[in-house]
Amino acid sequence: MNVNSKPVLEEPKTVFFAPISHPSPGSVGKTGTWRTHKPVVDLDKCTGCLICWLYCPEDTIIRLENDKVSIDYEYCKGCGICAHQCPFDAIQMVPEG
Amino acid sequence: MLVEIRFHGRGGQGAVTAANLLANAAVREGKYAQAFPYFGAERRGAPVVAFARISDEPIQTHSRIEHPDIVVVLDPKLFELANVTEGLKKNGIVIANAKQKPDVGETFKVYCVDATSIAQSIGLVVSGWPVVNTVMLGAFAKATDLVKLESIIEAVREQFPGKIGDLNANAIMKAAESVREC
Amino acid sequence: MVVKTLTGNYAVAYAVKLARVNVVSAYPITPQTTIVEKLSEMIEKGELNARMIRVESEHSALAAVYGAASAGARAFTATSSHGLLYMHEVVWWAAGSRIPLVMAVVTRAIGPPWNIHVDHQDILDQRDSGWIIAVAQENQEVLDLTLQAFKISEDPRVYLPMMVGLDGFILSHTTAPVDIPDQELVDSWLPPRRQPYIIAPESEVVMGNIAPDEDHFMMRYSMAASMEAAKKVIEEVDKEYGEIFGRSYGGLVECYKCEDAEYFVVIMGSWAGDAKKAVDTLREQNIPVGVVRIRFVRPWPREKLLEILSGAKGVLVFDRAVSMGSTGILFSEVAQTLYPLNISLKGLVAGLAGVDVGPSRIEAEILKFIKQAEEGAIYTPTEWILPEKYAGRYPSSPKEVIAK
Repeated sequence: MNVNSKPVLEEPKTVFFAPISHPSPGSVGKTGTWRTHKPVVDLDKCTGCLICWLYCPEDTIIRLENDKVSIDYEYCKGCGICAHQCPFDAIQMVPEG
Repeated sequence: MLVEIRFHGRGGQGAVTAANLLANAAVREGKYAQAFPYFGAERRGAPVVAFARISDEPIQTHSRIEHPDIVVVLDPKLFELANVTEGLKKNGIVIANAKQKPDVGETFKVYCVDATSIAQSIGLVVSGWPVVNTVMLGAFAKATDLVKLESIIEAVREQFPGKIGDLNANAIMKAAESVREC
Repeated sequence: MVVKTLTGNYAVAYAVKLARVNVVSAYPITPQTTIVEKLSEMIEKGELNARMIRVESEHSALAAVYGAASAGARAFTATSSHGLLYMHEVVWWAAGSRIPLVMAVVTRAIGPPWNIHVDHQDILDQRDSGWIIAVAQENQEVLDLTLQAFKISEDPRVYLPMMVGLDGFILSHTTAPVDIPDQELVDSWLPPRRQPYIIAPESEVVMGNIAPDEDHFMMRYSMAASMEAAKKVIEEVDKEYGEIFGRSYGGLVECYKCEDAEYFVVIMGSWAGDAKKAVDTLREQNIPVGVVRIRFVRPWPREKLLEILSGAKGVLVFDRAVSMGSTGILFSEVAQTLYPLNISLKGLVAGLAGVDVGPSRIEAEILKFIKQAEEGAIYTPTEWILPEKYAGRYPSSPKEVIAK
């Protein structure tokens, strides 16, 4: 037997539920509904430093072509970390209506 | 008679605490009661539910509540975010934190109370969030007559003694005064 | 006596306080955590004069209380699921050492996949270890059983550790009225701690060294004898507790509407309440059915079950845990017990990972079983009640899943 041979990926032959999942956006639904305050970007103040983009724990800061940013409101939970980190006060947390 | 109640709130608003306090109040009156959260992870801001049962007899059942008699909605926005009347019995009661009647159809009896304004007006605000859970219990007691207002206040004072208890008691009374069928 | 609305977990904590436990140690795990949170709050406030030992794992938590108990302390720990599995080695140490000890097990499914909801797989995984194992139906019973556990475990006829099971979330996180007995009354009822030997720096005792095979053999024999003796102790304690505190549960098993019943449901844990509700509905239709609720899995109530079920036409067992490759765990216990009887017997596996099974479902299963049994005696060791989401798409017996 060749110990270096790769295992063969083969379909199970009976009823089979695997304890695995595949990472995908919003696997628990649109987390934007959890928000009570939403971050609003002032593009005039934004310098494109991308600090917010680095800090966002949910990957919901969208990097624009000029390195300025916008928010993916479908999944942003409104945690406010981006607003807290922005060195230029370019992000304000505004109560949801 | 067994009455089943479902609370809708957002993680952090105290829906579970409200259910527990309601059970506590009912037990004070010699009734039997049960209160439980939706058994899963709760996340601040996410729509959550909690449940309560009140009965004149010991409650043996432990299964889910699928067809509540009453739903209590702690946040006006939940009428858009969640299906708050799902499974609610025909002629069921909705007790809403709302300024005007929410759109839940015509088959339910709907009570409105502006719990958010009441909490804000007396300074019942924690970490920027108006505390509406106890306020809604005041409206619940008045609208349903299932438990006495005094029992709710006693239960709240047991859990939140001193000044916070006073504030809550005040808010509960205000809610009972202002709740209206809408 | 004072009635409070408590979660099942807080009911445990109040019982531990009433038993004047000296040492507590535990490692947090959902849904157990709030038991020791409450206990540490009680210790912090000075309401409970005990030592809280903080540890880095469940293996150490049980080792710490086992050590403290060996040294003469009344000790307590609590855990769930993977925490209990991690303790498993020490579970056997404590029982084999014959050291009285009490542990609350907040029953929960075992991963993978990760799941925090109730089933009985974790607590029943310990059933061969030599611990007394009991499971409650309600929060009040959780308090009463936890308190009784100290008396049972420390009885010189027993000297075995005891686990008290309560269903994760369904009891642990649900508030319900609980009558908390007076401390004075508990003090007069629960004697000071007794144990077979004490290991302290000054005591000339060695425990756990190599013993001759024959002596090891006889130590197992003596545990089996103590398990048998425990049956009587459990019944005694239940009875005297009832006389003093006003609540008895029937000892090893609780019988509900058994007297004139022809068919029986055997079930354990909180969903026994739902089974009772189902039976209430069926009784209104004059269907003679009763519920036998297993309170103690170890010692197994063989004699009592034979006595109750000897006139039965059929027994339907609900299992919230399965022995993979065999049947539901309670089913195999019930089947070996009822071997001398010629009656219909069926085992249902359901409610794993907290999947809800309410009174109406139980009612339907009882009716189905009675119909099958009336048509001729049946023996169906294992059928699964599949979750609604999958019912109808898969056969109810895994045996019928034929490999493609």
